[in-house]
Amino acid sequence: MTILTAIIALLALAAVFGALLGYASEKLKVEGDPVVDQIDAILPQTQCGQCGHPGCRPYAEAIAAGEEHNKCPPGGEQTIQELSDLLGRDFLPLDEEHGEEDVKRVAYIREDECIGCTKCIQACPVDAIIGAAQKMHTVIEDECTGCDLCVEPCPVDCIDMVPVEETLESWHRERPPGVGGRPETYIPVENLA
Amino acid sequence: MTEYVLILISAVLVNNFVLVQFLGLCPFMGVSNKVETAMGMSLATTFVLTLSSVLSYLVYAWLLEPLALEYLRTIAFILVIAVAVQLTEMFVRKASPLLHRVLGVFLPLITSNCAVLGVALLNIRQTEPSFMSSLTYGLGAALGFSLVLVLFAAMRERIAAADVPVAFRGPAIGLITAGLMSLAFMGFSGLVRI
Repeated sequence: MTILTAIIALLALAAVFGALLGYASEKLKVEGDPVVDQIDAILPQTQCGQCGHPGCRPYAEAIAAGEEHNKCPPGGEQTIQELSDLLGRDFLPLDEEHGEEDVKRVAYIREDECIGCTKCIQACPVDAIIGAAQKMHTVIEDECTGCDLCVEPCPVDCIDMVPVEETLESWHRERPPGVGGRPETYIPVENLA
Repeated sequence: MTEYVLILISAVLVNNFVLVQFLGLCPFMGVSNKVETAMGMSLATTFVLTLSSVLSYLVYAWLLEPLALEYLRTIAFILVIAVAVQLTEMFVRKASPLLHRVLGVFLPLITSNCAVLGVALLNIRQTEPSFMSSLTYGLGAALGFSLVLVLFAAMRERIAAADVPVAFRGPAIGLITAGLMSLAFMGFSGLVRI
């Protein structure tokens, strides 16, 4: 008899809790993965593919799935720092296998040399080059992300990557190194063996 | 009122669950790499501890005791804790997907955090267990856990940037730090007696 009471009591308890959890799981359902959106918003959207993924969104998905967050040369250290803060991971130096951080550049087409082959237009991931077949092309400077992808296909090598001059509006103070990072003035302390 | 203040001080400082009673050491060592993560874990654990402390008291007082089923308390409490953790997990996933990702496996592991079961079991061993005293005890235990977890995480952040001798790097210096903190907390013994 006691055993029967015990079984019924525990079953009743479990049933109540089960109903509670079932209700809560309906109420608190989550769709999609909002983390990917937040990562994607931090990435520079150059769509350059230097990370080994076809664009920034696929790389954001890969980071969310656990890939290292230091493969984005256009974003540089600042992007890595922001991603580390967002994801609670440690700061990592830029993975040099995927390229080095550089000053921001934009493509510039030497227009009198352009033969109008449209190859650079097809290569541009952000549609920043305008022009038509047999007509001169040019780059919309504000749209160009400096990804270098148009330089390679040009048959007459008339595209230059020119650094964007730093103006009072675009200058920003360099961020201090994060936890685990070393300032440039760091003096190592020798361990006494 | 004084009674509850005493229970609170006792649970937070004098009988701190982590550093004096050595319960819940897994998240203490596992989630203390960054202060922000530690804060998130503290909040989640605080919620679970307080909720499960109260719920398990209610289950004990309203179900197990009237039916003379006190011997089933451990299994009933584990059920209560599992439900509380599951609820918290759902809520965190909804409210803060990032925190959910950062806490990762440690969130469901609150279920097996022995401090949570410890609080539930120690609760009914008080001289006069009541709803308010179990609430205070659970909250106190949670605050004590949060306090040492955040303190420890802050120290580990400093240690990560410090020039530690090679042989002591990583978990070794962490354990030494935890031991020193524990020694420090033993200084509170004798502050209150209940």
